[in-house]
Amino acid sequence: MHDTLRKDQESLLKEWIALQAKTSGRRMSAIEEKQLETHCGEFLAILQQATQDGGDDISKSEWTGARDFLAQLSAARARAGFTPVETAMFIFSLKEPLFSRMRQEAGDARTLTDSIWKATILLDRLGLFTTEVFQKTREEVIARQQQELLELSTPVVRLWDNVLALPLIGTLDSARTQVVMQNLLEAIVQTRSDIAVIDITGVPTVDTLVAQHLLKTVAAARLMGADCIISGIRPQIAQTIIHLGVNLEDVTTKATLADAFAVALKRTGYAVTRVKNSSGNAS
Amino acid sequence: MEAQKSETHEIRTSQDVVSARQAVRRCAVELGFSLVDQTKIVTASSELARNTLDYGGGGVATVETVRNGSRAGLRITFEDEGPGIADITQALTDGFTTGGGMGLGLGGAKRLSNEFAIESEPGRGTRVTILRWKGL
Amino acid sequence: MERIPILKMGEFLLVTIQVDMHDRLALTLQDDLTEQIVKWHAHGVLIDISALEMVDSFIGRMLSNIANMARLLDAQTVVVGMQPSVAITLVELGMPMKGIRTALDVEKGMQTLRIYLDSNGYTQDGNGSAEI
Repeated sequence: MHDTLRKDQESLLKEWIALQAKTSGRRMSAIEEKQLETHCGEFLAILQQATQDGGDDISKSEWTGARDFLAQLSAARARAGFTPVETAMFIFSLKEPLFSRMRQEAGDARTLTDSIWKATILLDRLGLFTTEVFQKTREEVIARQQQELLELSTPVVRLWDNVLALPLIGTLDSARTQVVMQNLLEAIVQTRSDIAVIDITGVPTVDTLVAQHLLKTVAAARLMGADCIISGIRPQIAQTIIHLGVNLEDVTTKATLADAFAVALKRTGYAVTRVKNSSGNAS
Repeated sequence: MEAQKSETHEIRTSQDVVSARQAVRRCAVELGFSLVDQTKIVTASSELARNTLDYGGGGVATVETVRNGSRAGLRITFEDEGPGIADITQALTDGFTTGGGMGLGLGGAKRLSNEFAIESEPGRGTRVTILRWKGL
Repeated sequence: MERIPILKMGEFLLVTIQVDMHDRLALTLQDDLTEQIVKWHAHGVLIDISALEMVDSFIGRMLSNIANMARLLDAQTVVVGMQPSVAITLVELGMPMKGIRTALDVEKGMQTLRIYLDSNGYTQDGNGSAEI
């Protein structure tokens, strides 16, 4: 394989690039084309170097350069949204131009089969390697997005001096509760709030676990010196809570966020008064 | 799962309990645990180290870094040659005390860890292992 | 021997716990504090744990004991400055911390004590100690 790579480098490179452009499901921009040319050129050079010794164990040190290059390429493609196939095709599309040249150069059928066999094993290993890296990178992206989603979906809002609101939307599982508690407690520290209103209008079901998570959150806030009011208790939720025997005695509950806010204001010493409309009508 | 770094700490005095949990904190920080996760494993370790001292007559804590694929974790084992626990299930129930205070130790440590294991027999000592994975 | 310092802050006593506490230190603190409460006729105690990166059941029990002893001596206790990660861990641990008031910091802690004492008939006299 090394010889073939060396001899026909130029034309091999051209054909390889063209093949990738053709099989890729998308139209490549000029920049992408240029990038592809650079990548392919670089990789062919690396491949030439690595195949010098004729080995096919890609975990060996001669292949470190190739592995690093492919790892980088694969990770970049995973992050950029390429499909796994597109990424693996970087390697696999090299087979066609490579083998057609090997066929032309080969003396007898025996040597031809041999070299093609070796080459295909090698390229398969490299291809699988790129797929592995691709997978791992994708998993990292997903994990990070999950975390971001978790944090974004639990905003803590400052309703007024000393009053925070935590509108919960969606289910409250164990992982989410950790994020909720962290966000809430941090907000309590920063805003020095005395009251947090936890609104559960957007929580579809409240079972024993969800109730436990809520109570944990209330307890944690209390340790930071803030009292909680739970609002948004729908009629069905009220029934479920009683049937489950959940003890909400220490916690103030209100049906609506508005009611809870009113109580919070009162407790923190504020009163809301209506001011006479002095701006008048359009005359 | 393979263990990598490993260090042992004797637990014979209450100062040792402090040293042991400081060692756990150090290892957790090295592994890059979040602050909350650090605090959880350190607190769990403190509970168990105290148990080892108060009920086990002293013992040894082994702190290990473990790996499982791409996951990294911290595993701590507390061993003593004390009287052992006759009824483990009961001991894991909160508030249960034999001598005025083991109450939350075992159950609490279990709740604060991802994995928990205990082996104990009367007259044969006790061995408790807790583990927390990074980022879980 | 090291002791945890107890400061008189107006009508209240302030205890700042800054070191990793071991048993003897905790017991000494209890002794010292009960003494000081009586000596100054203090009706309020603030325990600042903002430097504690961990509170286990031992420390929790100690705080509970202090609050109970203080109450017998007619003093209210407020624990202040708990770190968020400690609060989250305590809740997970299941430590009830019953009968212990908590506040965000010393300032809010004093407010809490003031409000409680005012509403229970304690008034400040000129010396800065509260009499009923």
